Amino acid sequence: MRVDPAQVEEVARELYIRALKMLPPDIKEGFARLAARETDATAKQVLGTMITNIRVAEATENLLCQDTGIPIYNVTIGSGVEVDGVELKRAIRRGCERATREHPLRSSIVHPITRKNEQTSCGPGVPAIHLDFSEDRERLVIEMVPKGSGSENNSWLKMAIPAEGVNAIKTFVVDCVLDAGGRTCPPTIVGVGIGGTSDLCVALAKKAATRALGTACADPEGAALEASLAEAVNMLGVGPQGLGGDSTAFAVHVEIAATHITMNPVAVNMQCHSARRASAAFTPAGVEYGF
Amino acid sequence: MTHHVLTAPISEGQVRALRVNDTVTLEGALFGVRDANLIALFDRGRKTRFDLRGHAAIHTAPNVRKVAVSPAHPTGYAPLCIGTTTSARMERFTQPLVEGLGVRLIIGKGGLGAGSLEVFQRAGGAYLAIIGGTAALETTWVESIEDVDLDDLHPESIWKFRVRGFGPLLVAMDSHGASLYEAVDREARARREKTLFRLGVK
Repeated sequence: MRVDPAQVEEVARELYIRALKMLPPDIKEGFARLAARETDATAKQVLGTMITNIRVAEATENLLCQDTGIPIYNVTIGSGVEVDGVELKRAIRRGCERATREHPLRSSIVHPITRKNEQTSCGPGVPAIHLDFSEDRERLVIEMVPKGSGSENNSWLKMAIPAEGVNAIKTFVVDCVLDAGGRTCPPTIVGVGIGGTSDLCVALAKKAATRALGTACADPEGAALEASLAEAVNMLGVGPQGLGGDSTAFAVHVEIAATHITMNPVAVNMQCHSARRASAAFTPAGVEYGF
Repeated sequence: MTHHVLTAPISEGQVRALRVNDTVTLEGALFGVRDANLIALFDRGRKTRFDLRGHAAIHTAPNVRKVAVSPAHPTGYAPLCIGTTTSARMERFTQPLVEGLGVRLIIGKGGLGAGSLEVFQRAGGAYLAIIGGTAALETTWVESIEDVDLDDLHPESIWKFRVRGFGPLLVAMDSHGASLYEAVDREARARREKTLFRLGVK
């Protein structure tokens, strides 16, 4: 199967706009679950406003949140797909620029030193484009995540040591949730990376934070930690928007990688309640949009 | 818990009447400020032609569309999506905004810190919480973009919005030293040991 860069550009453009306007069904269900069990009066109202906003965004075809985020494109290429990788990356960048200009969207991207905004949502190294490969031969998937800054500004890495054990990981996650307070726009998905190198650990935390609700860590030890940490962080009472309540996190997601005998790294990255993502699958039958 | 409807200019007496857990609906003018324009004003000595005395300032940068200048769109910008950003980054600008430029109300999400709370007590100010991430709803409360200043910083310009029925907003920090964020944080930290114990951390 060949993939045409011109079509990739169109899809990259469309995905940015779709992600900003339509919340995935798993996140909507997550809201319903939290609202049903919330006991705090203020928190119930806050969750109610968030649910109303999802409806208003759909009815008015508006963006869910004004923060257009840092654009991230995760590309998974099947083993039978023929595509020019250089052209693919260029096409994604052009699609991202076009979405910004043609919708139009607020460009939230600046040069990190001069702080100059090119009004394109792009700059050196942005959009972030991550490439991976799969055994699903006739399939290329592009996932788009506009990562909001309120949650992204609350990211942590701790190079714990083996002697501190798994307790260091648990304590770190609880302390990150406490330190984040209302700044991450809770309820959040708390993404936890465990193991790997420092950079891999942070990447795992991002992968965990942007994973669909209802999915579990493939590693059974990781999955067990997800359940116990989710229960724990929701005991803290931070609540939606940090105004108190039971609904601090939709879930805690864990991703793991093996690590060195001397290392015990843990990273936390959070996804806000506007947990936006959109995807498109290229197959021989055409392009199919989803989440 | 009282509901207040406020239109700028807002007096010190009106702000001092606000207590945490009260709610506010704002009418009329609302100014948008954030990182780049506050750095420009307070670190780089730039000036704004806007008179902010007695006004409300919201931590924001909107999505706008360029349109022809008309009575409905005097700046040539139509509002597309207007929402609120994390206030904590603007913590050190509360003092010059309130005590220097005379702002009475700061609207934001996620709360401000102890320094801002002191300024609100001293000068007569308050922080109103909007629900972050609900910009589609917030946009329906904005009638128009009336004016814009320092637009070379776009989208981090200083925006003057005309709003109708902007709220209800929750009084989360008042001029009497009360902060809902501080209270929630203290309570959450008090639960830390019990939470870690539940996780088997001794």
